[in-house]
Amino acid sequence: MRKILPPELLKAHAEIKEIARGYGLETFETIFELVDYDEINEIAATGGFPNRYPHWRFGMDYDYLSKSYTYGLQKIYELVINNDPCYAYLQSGNEIVDQKLVMAHVYGHCDFFKNNMWFSKTNRKMLDEMANHATRVREYQDRYGVDNVENFIDVCCSIDNLIDFFSVFAQKPSVIRKGGLEKSSDDFSEESGVRKFDSKDYMDKYVNPKSFLEDQEKKIRDEVEKSRKFPLEPKRDILEFLIQYAPLENWQREILSIVREEAYYFAPQGQTKIMNEGWASFWHSTIMTQHVLKDSEVIDYADHHSGTMGSSPGQINPYKIGIELYRDIEDRWNRGKFGKEYDECDSLEAKRAWDKKTDLGRQKIFEVRKLHNDVTFIDSFMNEEFCNRLKLFTYGFNRRTGQYEIVDRDWRKVKNQLLFSLTNFGNPIICVEDANFENRAELLLTHRHEGVDLEFDKASETLRNIQLLWKRPVHILTKYNNQPKLLTHDGKELKEKDA
Amino acid sequence: MNAGIKRDHQRFKQIVKGKIKQNLKKYISHGELIGRQAKDYVSIPIPQIDLPRFKFGKRQAGGVGQGEGAPGTPLGPGEPEEGSQQAGNSGGEHSLEVDVTLAELAQMLGEELELPNIQPKGSGAIQSHKNRYSGIHTVGPNSLRHVKRTFKEALKRQIVTGQYNPEDPVIIPIKKDHRYRSWKSVTKPENNALIIYMMDVSGSMGDEQKEIVRTESFWLDTWIRSQYNDVEIRYIIHDATAKEVDPQTFYHTRESGGTLISSAYKLANEIIVKEYPVSEWNIYAFHFSDGDNWSGEDTKLCVEMLRNDLLPKLNSFCYGQVESRYGSGQFIKDLLENFKEEDRIITSKIESKEAIYRSLKEFLGKGK
Repeated sequence: MRKILPPELLKAHAEIKEIARGYGLETFETIFELVDYDEINEIAATGGFPNRYPHWRFGMDYDYLSKSYTYGLQKIYELVINNDPCYAYLQSGNEIVDQKLVMAHVYGHCDFFKNNMWFSKTNRKMLDEMANHATRVREYQDRYGVDNVENFIDVCCSIDNLIDFFSVFAQKPSVIRKGGLEKSSDDFSEESGVRKFDSKDYMDKYVNPKSFLEDQEKKIRDEVEKSRKFPLEPKRDILEFLIQYAPLENWQREILSIVREEAYYFAPQGQTKIMNEGWASFWHSTIMTQHVLKDSEVIDYADHHSGTMGSSPGQINPYKIGIELYRDIEDRWNRGKFGKEYDECDSLEAKRAWDKKTDLGRQKIFEVRKLHNDVTFIDSFMNEEFCNRLKLFTYGFNRRTGQYEIVDRDWRKVKNQLLFSLTNFGNPIICVEDANFENRAELLLTHRHEGVDLEFDKASETLRNIQLLWKRPVHILTKYNNQPKLLTHDGKELKEKDA
Repeated sequence: MNAGIKRDHQRFKQIVKGKIKQNLKKYISHGELIGRQAKDYVSIPIPQIDLPRFKFGKRQAGGVGQGEGAPGTPLGPGEPEEGSQQAGNSGGEHSLEVDVTLAELAQMLGEELELPNIQPKGSGAIQSHKNRYSGIHTVGPNSLRHVKRTFKEALKRQIVTGQYNPEDPVIIPIKKDHRYRSWKSVTKPENNALIIYMMDVSGSMGDEQKEIVRTESFWLDTWIRSQYNDVEIRYIIHDATAKEVDPQTFYHTRESGGTLISSAYKLANEIIVKEYPVSEWNIYAFHFSDGDNWSGEDTKLCVEMLRNDLLPKLNSFCYGQVESRYGSGQFIKDLLENFKEEDRIITSKIESKEAIYRSLKEFLGKGK
């Protein structure tokens, strides 16, 4: 069970809270709970929420986490959820210095949750909402059968990345209606464009007989109907589209909505992984080294801090990139290394020694944490110097040797590659193009191909899942090896043809 | 605090078991499980059961890394081929390895092959004694003192004699209060089994054949172990002469030369007579060969030995004939001819790895 923090941790919490405030970190109330290693694995498996709807994949994650803990491969230090109040978990087996580090780190996260604009539309009572979802799903399981509901959740989760991250800013997260095709105009006759012959009023019904007009009007309307696409614009939020228009039972529609809501809730965390972790690391490092650390704790702190910041060649560590970039920005703005004058300066020497004593660094990073997401963060602030200093490179697969190899150290390529992997959080961009494909109520999706093919097996299985929702055949237009392909799943088998 | 996750975990395990069952046929014919065997369990790699999503192919996408190294420096091997029309593997994500106990595996095997449980011969004839510490005595060694019961007795005594004061609950046991754990002897019927594997290692048995034998015997072991408390296994190899070896040698030795099957039967008989009283052991003999025997004379000898010496001692005698390029495959015919009526002699032809599945069923399907 959850335990009240022991006095030493309560004291540490109070101290760190004060220091964080002093730096201008602004958070929801933050509540720490002490849990043991197994509990933290349990909570982590369900995404930080103790009460989630029942689903086997949480069990799978738990299995993975607890096994890797048992074998000493990994250990969860901290876990914090974006909620008001913010809940964070401390693992009871950790050293006191670790607990302080985690607390300072958590304060960084909480500040980020509260102030970063990409989080501004998330539900801050998600803990309750998740519990409500759990209750609803359990009710459906009682009524419609455990397997039935579970299989349906499988299908929904398989497409939970097909949402539109930006739509939350375009409109209020819409109350989703059930409905058929939108019939936007009954007023065709007024603007139908049927041309009348000029005539005197009293001659009108002879010159332009009513039956003729109606015929003309019908013809035009038919043409418009035929050419009319539905949806009018390609839609990125495929989940919403299916909720509105797929022939689902009410409980299915409800579950799909639940999955969609949770996907939107988690989306900003995916969008700001580098920034969020970087921000939290920046603050734990600042708070710990400048205030909290005792002499006797320095070694342990350094050990764990460097453990968190360590990177392996095959992947980048968001903590590391993030904290370094914040530090870099702070330094640049402290020394006035920005703006036209600096950019146009040709002398490397002068640039290196540049110091205008502008002292805007702190202010700047607080602004950055408010406005940016990972894509804009990297795009705006990552420069040549930074890439070289962090020894970043791009890697790719070499077919000849069957290995991944370092490809390039050119900073522009590194940046492009990084931006690509962050865009749409590294997911392909897929839209609903036409819900009446070939005039047979089949669903056409398009993949905006940007140079990387979809994984074929997964794509075909996913297509199959969408077919289960749409009930009619589902197509996706994509490319393989630069050849446009149309993959079709009709519920029985996958067909593939050149398009 | 989180009962939900335990249920999810159970559910996940159920799904995993289902997956293993689904693919059991594949596992049976490929020997990959043998290398993954620990003492009581095997760890089975199962196909990813994660949910499919639209994802980029990992190879083509590449990525950004950090560290030393010039362009061209390898970072590690790629995952198996993907993106093809065939069943691919996504790689990149953690692959799933599931630990399954041998008992569970045997159960799945039994269900998959619809195997009857073995009826042990002379069941109950063999008794074993076990000591269970389940009783309480008033005397005993201090190492077996039952503290809780001792204090309980002391408390009872103090209450009865009015020495107990709830305000100051001090309990002091005296000698009379002491209680000790004691044991009871339990008699249990014991079923022991002995498996004797015999294999022809003459020149005509190649690596492929041995692999088949190895895989087949892994499953035979698994099943027979699940049916008996205690299983012993002995290995005999033979060409023109027979000798007893350890499992390592059994599966890997390659001899050359002729084949006298009778030599193996003779040795098996000797082992049984010397070490395993028939009344106490359920004995299984498996013989794998490519069916070539040196002479009709020796085959006759084999038949005789089987009939007179071995069969009376055995639960069953199983002969598996592995297809080989050189073997004539005569021996199985000879056995069938001579033992038409005898249901304790089971023969099976194992032409390929795929045939292991069927042959297991033939060997074990009779419940002997």
